Amino acid sequence: MSKLLIGKLSDIDIRGSRTVRVKETEIALFRLEDGSVLAIENRCPHKGGLLSEGMVCGTVVHCPLHDWKIDLHSGLVKDPDDGCVTTFATEIDPENGAIYVTL
Amino acid sequence: MTVPKKLVLIGNGMAGVRAIEHLLKLAPDTYEITIFGAEPHPNYNRIMLSTVLAGSTELKDIIINDWDWYKDNNITLHTNQAIKKIDTQRKVVITESGMEASYDEVVIATGSKPFMLPIPGADKEGVIAFRDIQDCEKMFSAAKSYKKATVIGAGLLGLEAARGLLNLGMEVTVIHKHPYIMERQLDEAASLMLRKELESQGMKFLLSKHSASITGRGRVKELQFTDGSHLATDLIVMAVGIRPNVDLAKSSGIDYNNGILVDDFMNTNIPHVSALGECVEHRGVAYGLVAPLYEQGAVLAKRLAGVETAGYAGSVTSTKLKVSGVDVFSAGRFVETEGSRALRIQDDMAGTYKKIVIRNGKLIGAVLFGDTADGASLFASIKSGESIEGREKELLLGISSDLLGKSGGSASRLENMPDDEIVCGCNGVTKGAIGDAVLNKGCNTFGELKACTKASASCGGCKADVEGLLHFYAGDAVGESAKEGICGCTSLSRDEIVEQIQSMRLMTVKEVMHVLDWNNKEGCSKCRPSLNYYLGMLFPEDYVDEKESRFTNERYHANIQKDGTYSVVPRIYGGVTTPADLIKIASVAEKFNVPLVKFTGGQRLDLFGVKKEDLPKMWEELEMASGHAYGKTLRTVKTCVGNTFCRFGTQDAMAMGIKMEKAFERLNAPAKFKLAVSGCPRNCAEATIKDLGVVAIDGAWEIHVGGNAGVKVRACDLLTTVKTEEEVMEWTSAYLQYYRETGQWNERTAHWIDRVGLDTVKKALEKQEDRLALVERVQKALSVTTDPWKEIVDNDELRKNFEPIAGPLPV
Repeated sequence: MSKLLIGKLSDIDIRGSRTVRVKETEIALFRLEDGSVLAIENRCPHKGGLLSEGMVCGTVVHCPLHDWKIDLHSGLVKDPDDGCVTTFATEIDPENGAIYVTL
Repeated sequence: MTVPKKLVLIGNGMAGVRAIEHLLKLAPDTYEITIFGAEPHPNYNRIMLSTVLAGSTELKDIIINDWDWYKDNNITLHTNQAIKKIDTQRKVVITESGMEASYDEVVIATGSKPFMLPIPGADKEGVIAFRDIQDCEKMFSAAKSYKKATVIGAGLLGLEAARGLLNLGMEVTVIHKHPYIMERQLDEAASLMLRKELESQGMKFLLSKHSASITGRGRVKELQFTDGSHLATDLIVMAVGIRPNVDLAKSSGIDYNNGILVDDFMNTNIPHVSALGECVEHRGVAYGLVAPLYEQGAVLAKRLAGVETAGYAGSVTSTKLKVSGVDVFSAGRFVETEGSRALRIQDDMAGTYKKIVIRNGKLIGAVLFGDTADGASLFASIKSGESIEGREKELLLGISSDLLGKSGGSASRLENMPDDEIVCGCNGVTKGAIGDAVLNKGCNTFGELKACTKASASCGGCKADVEGLLHFYAGDAVGESAKEGICGCTSLSRDEIVEQIQSMRLMTVKEVMHVLDWNNKEGCSKCRPSLNYYLGMLFPEDYVDEKESRFTNERYHANIQKDGTYSVVPRIYGGVTTPADLIKIASVAEKFNVPLVKFTGGQRLDLFGVKKEDLPKMWEELEMASGHAYGKTLRTVKTCVGNTFCRFGTQDAMAMGIKMEKAFERLNAPAKFKLAVSGCPRNCAEATIKDLGVVAIDGAWEIHVGGNAGVKVRACDLLTTVKTEEEVMEWTSAYLQYYRETGQWNERTAHWIDRVGLDTVKKALEKQEDRLALVERVQKALSVTTDPWKEIVDNDELRKNFEPIAGPLPV
């Protein structure tokens, strides 16, 4: 387990997303309306769609390829489909807005 | 209470009495009704006469309205009373025996008369028609003392008579002047099959024979033909056709041609005198089948009851041959003519034949032989005029009940479908999965089933099958479909939402979802883009587009591909380019190692396999406008070369197309839309399958709308023809804006036009003042658009979203 400094809050638009690559893993970072940042592996378990490109409704991202819905907190795929995506713990430094991800 | 008016019905047959039945339901006490019938019977089912003759039914079984019915409904019935004349001045009817009855309204329903060939000897004993109970009785008695029967005419009626006479034990020969039988109801293939079948039953045929005279002393002895040959016979049944009975019209000064002339409301030319049934001629057609007569009856009853009716517009008819032990069915225009195509399947082993005739994607006719189980559904399809495109083979083969071993069409097809067969091709949903959802997961509405399995959630092409399976598995437990909102987050429809947004002036997607009480306050990938569109459409100048509520493609202004790369399509107005632009596109493609360059169906160049971070860089180097190949907006205006080079071209199609593309690029719409301009009716730009297509003709432009070449091909409907380029722009602007204002998000014009109706669209655009108001609104919407590529290229804040965050640092 290692904690990485990814960037700062202003790198991601509110209700927007960015990606970051850590070795072999591409991570999608979402900045939600409430100010939190959530991180999941950027790969839909269905056909490998890039989740970073999807539309976010609340805490659910819709995969751009076939509209699978994945909960950003748990990584679980919502009904009627099945599956899960790896999630990563995030932290935000309230002082300087730095974003940390642990993986 | 007012005194009831006097209604007299002349003719106690099926058409007239049916109209009375209808009238009694609509306006029970409005009329005092009197019926005159020439026959001694109450109303009986003439169609069933052949079954009486065939011996399978008795006379009493074919009575439709018995004596009590007349009594119970206070109807005065005079049987054996033919009417000689209507005195339309005094408003009385006069019977042959001199009886009179006055009327306020009179209805003529005297039916038809059999046509007797006017050949020498036609008045001899033993020469009869096949029309009423009396004729049947004559045949019964002839069969007791004679052996040889001849039927002239191998139409529906003739064959039924022949079959009946066979049943009565007579030797039967059928004479027909055409080379094949029932030529008015069957095509040649089915006719041959029928003849073989009937011959195997013992019927003999003499075809292409013309009767010349009937000889015999007193009673018929021989039938002579024009070719000099002759046939010995004891009975001749003439079944060469029927003629509308216009005797009363003749004697009473009512206009008639072949039949008594009536308008769409069954009025004759004389006030208070109506007519219906086989005696009338409506729009040049006299019908001899029962369904049209009933349709006419319904119209007449409504008019007499003072109920609003759209009138009678004529009927599409179908024929089903009864008795002969063979099932034959035909309907509509079943003989191919220019412009129609036929699909047919013939199985000589099973003795079945099926042919369907299609014109412009619609079923217009059908012939069935041997198995007529599909007749009703085919006939319904013909009458509805629905598009059957994509289902042609299914209609021909798929629901053939003999192949499935059970009758009942699609229900049995679904029943016999294996569990692992995929019903929804888009989402790979099998029949088994649908069954599981209904039986084990409690889905009992289409909406639940769709949400649970995704069946029919994408293109919707399988909806009918999914609904069919829902009924198959759930049976009576199928629930009332909850009112379907635009998505699962709300029960409100598109129109309700748009109206509320407008009246409350709601200004953001979030506000709409809260104020209109979305049950899921975050919305979903369906309602959010919808609301974003509706808000932008309603308030083009004030609404701030929410890119978070747009799909990936519209957020990144490129088409995402399955591997996460994007494609880039620069705008090439009208598909007309220059060497300089081509060189630029080629060099950008090389520089960014674009793996695939392809021409699109809309005459554009598509650069595939572009990494997201390269998008803004490529746009910057291209210095071309976005081709919007990704958005719910104008995609392309396809053009042919027009009169610039083409020897057939009548107008400058390229210039027109370029003008349109420049005018409407970037215009948001409910769904993507594609335009095209062809320079002549050869239509090389395929304009008639576009959302709007312009086809130049000499001196004018035709504007076609609502076409689509997607999942289901839909050819355009002609909206209008105009003279000038300015008018083309005016009509196109108005049409597009009307679509923008009334379309559902994600609804292509083809579906939209089918939903709202072409007439509605035409009506909305017919007045110039209405068009100009629409033009003004679309101009407003267009005035606030900018090129998205340029916007992103020039703005680092927007550009950053295309880049990954630079390498992470360990802490």
